[in-house]
Amino acid sequence: MTDDPLLSVRDLAQHYPVRSGLLRRVTGHVEAVDGVSFDVHQGETFGLVGESGCGKSTTATSMLHLESPTGGEVRFDGDPVASLDGDAMDRFRRRAQVVFQDPNSAFDPRLTVAESVAEPLAIHGMDDPDRRREITLDTLERVGLAAADADRYPHEFSGGQKQRIALARALVLNPDLLVVDEPVSALDVSVQAEILSLLQDLQADLGLAMVLISHDLGVVRQVCDRVGVMYLGKLVERGPTESLFSDPQHPYTEALLSAIPEPDPRADDDAVELTGDVPDPSNPPAGCSFHPRCPRIRPPDEFEFTNGTFRAVADLKLALANGTVDGEFDDSAAVREAFDLPSALADDEAEQVLADALDSVIAGRNEVAADRLAEAFTSECEREVPALEPTAAGHVAACIRRDEPSTADAPAEGD
Amino acid sequence: MTDSLLSVRDLRIRFGTDDGTVRAVDGIDFDVRAGETVCLVGESGSGKTVACESITRLIPTTSATVEGSIRFDGTDLTTLSESALESYRGGRIGHVFQNPQDALDPVYTVGAQVVEAIRIHRDVSKGRAREQAIDLLDRVGIGDAESRFEDYPHQFSGGMKQRVVVAMALACDPDLLIADEPTTALDVTIQRQVLDLLADLQAEREMALLFVTHDLGVVADIADRVVVMYAGAVMERGDVYDVFEAPAHPYTRALMACLPGRGEAFETIGGQFPDPTDPPDGCRFHPRCPHAIEECESGSHPDFRTMEQADGTATATPGDDADTDSATTTGDDARPHEAACVLYDDVHTIPTDVGVADD
Repeated sequence: MTDDPLLSVRDLAQHYPVRSGLLRRVTGHVEAVDGVSFDVHQGETFGLVGESGCGKSTTATSMLHLESPTGGEVRFDGDPVASLDGDAMDRFRRRAQVVFQDPNSAFDPRLTVAESVAEPLAIHGMDDPDRRREITLDTLERVGLAAADADRYPHEFSGGQKQRIALARALVLNPDLLVVDEPVSALDVSVQAEILSLLQDLQADLGLAMVLISHDLGVVRQVCDRVGVMYLGKLVERGPTESLFSDPQHPYTEALLSAIPEPDPRADDDAVELTGDVPDPSNPPAGCSFHPRCPRIRPPDEFEFTNGTFRAVADLKLALANGTVDGEFDDSAAVREAFDLPSALADDEAEQVLADALDSVIAGRNEVAADRLAEAFTSECEREVPALEPTAAGHVAACIRRDEPSTADAPAEGD
Repeated sequence: MTDSLLSVRDLRIRFGTDDGTVRAVDGIDFDVRAGETVCLVGESGSGKTVACESITRLIPTTSATVEGSIRFDGTDLTTLSESALESYRGGRIGHVFQNPQDALDPVYTVGAQVVEAIRIHRDVSKGRAREQAIDLLDRVGIGDAESRFEDYPHQFSGGMKQRVVVAMALACDPDLLIADEPTTALDVTIQRQVLDLLADLQAEREMALLFVTHDLGVVADIADRVVVMYAGAVMERGDVYDVFEAPAHPYTRALMACLPGRGEAFETIGGQFPDPTDPPDGCRFHPRCPHAIEECESGSHPDFRTMEQADGTATATPGDDADTDSATTTGDDARPHEAACVLYDDVHTIPTDVGVADD
């Protein structure tokens, strides 16, 4: 047992070209994964969480070189995976296994379970059919199926059992690293519990390193030792599970955690509600990609803003910039109400700017208003791309406000 | 208050298949009162969706046999003709389904689909319907509804599509909204937005909500009352505080114990979900139940037994001001906490700590 990680991912990037026009010229890139770094040690489970479209699965396929990453480096057991070829690559393919989300589409319906599970053995050169059969039956038993199940077909099994078979097929080559992509999201909660405890048992018995991808924070908390939270292709926070869950440092992690409905009818309903949807990844926002939805966006230094008020101003600015404000407001008070703005900002200069902009909105000149706001109120969050840096909680987060006391949770003034 | 808006009695739904008769729903009773939220909870195969779809006869009667009574505001919906039922379906009873992708027609604009939902039930001009549709879209949180009116479903994100589907369901100001796993296909932050929206709309329109879900977290968040189903039968029903704080049925307890991520070790139920064509005799949960006794294994589904209020603490009246809207929920005789389990009768003393696995 050494301290060197089994899998080391550094600045992993996967950019897909966007082509358009008659000549299919590349007009832009979707940065599906951009600068993701983490390590996984032997016997450890690393979790990747985030909403759909944030690049979790692309991270998995890229780090396994199922599709070559467009940037960054992946080292497996010390060797860069990109430089592996021939036998060395086969060896990597054998030692790193993956299980995908939907067990219903993971099997050839015309092969028996034993044939499906034994296939990787044959591919990796085990020519003796009796030996293959023996290993297959052993593995099936290990994941909780009976030897009698071996000669049945996939359709005869329930979703949970199919997921066990998928695990057996991944384990039959005795891998060192197992990547499981949403292993339980297609399953019922009681079956979920069985598969998760099976994963935990297998890992303890076999000393596997595991990367678990899930959108379900409960699953991640249950199984993982360390967690990385992804948003729009980037890791925004990374740390030991308990530290990250009990003391989240990034506003996105906070929002994600508070959005989980708790199975307690008396739980406080003080969720940090995020406005809007995940932005288009082909046109990500400048600076911190979370700033358009962030409840803790940093106000510009020139002005004094009371807690939360700047979020409302930023929402108005964003709506004007995107052209989604229709010109049907009677007076500026109506606009203030629509955007949860107080009747007057605490800072006189800021209020002057806002009042000017609102006058322009009422006059139907939204572009002028947009320019006025953009000129005066530009948050540092829109300029600076934050890097993952240590926080007071001991783990890393990518937020320029990470070291400020968390006071911005107080309700906005004028509410 | 005492009269139920929706009252389902002894509902039985059977499907004939090559493998035998599937008793998808086997004699369930539940009520939804005006303005309250009732959650049907259960795993897939428990019959919760089929039960909801039978209310407005959305399941084809050619393949399914539906027995029992479904009374809505005093009318038995099962006896109505197809044409008479149409004023209820989508009119007084709205539906929201799981996958917003499938609920919207890709070749019509979003606005046209909301207008259609209005004009099917109301005799209003196209112009007036358009105004109403824009109001509705605006109400469900579609920003700049007027300009998005002409957009097609593919131009909306998943959460936005579900908002449109909610707007369509609200088009005729229903008394009852049936929402079948409306947030299961959505991300957790978007789920939060849709749940908050439903809660707001319900309070604003005094609409009853029948909510189907497998997610106990969602149930705790929105339900007034809970009905727990397993393999086509109701196992436990009661006020949300009673069911969560003093779950009585071993199945309910097992379901709660297998939730991941509560920071403690979780339990698994063990065993297999029963074959729908051949459910076990007696209590359907007995093959997987750690407390099963001989009496559980034969006869029909156990009778409901009313739970005694536990000694004060667990089912105390929610006094916090945060709970004012549900202050009338406990101690109300009309909402007994009941479980269909033979362990709770006069002969067997109630096992105060029926755990999931004693060993």
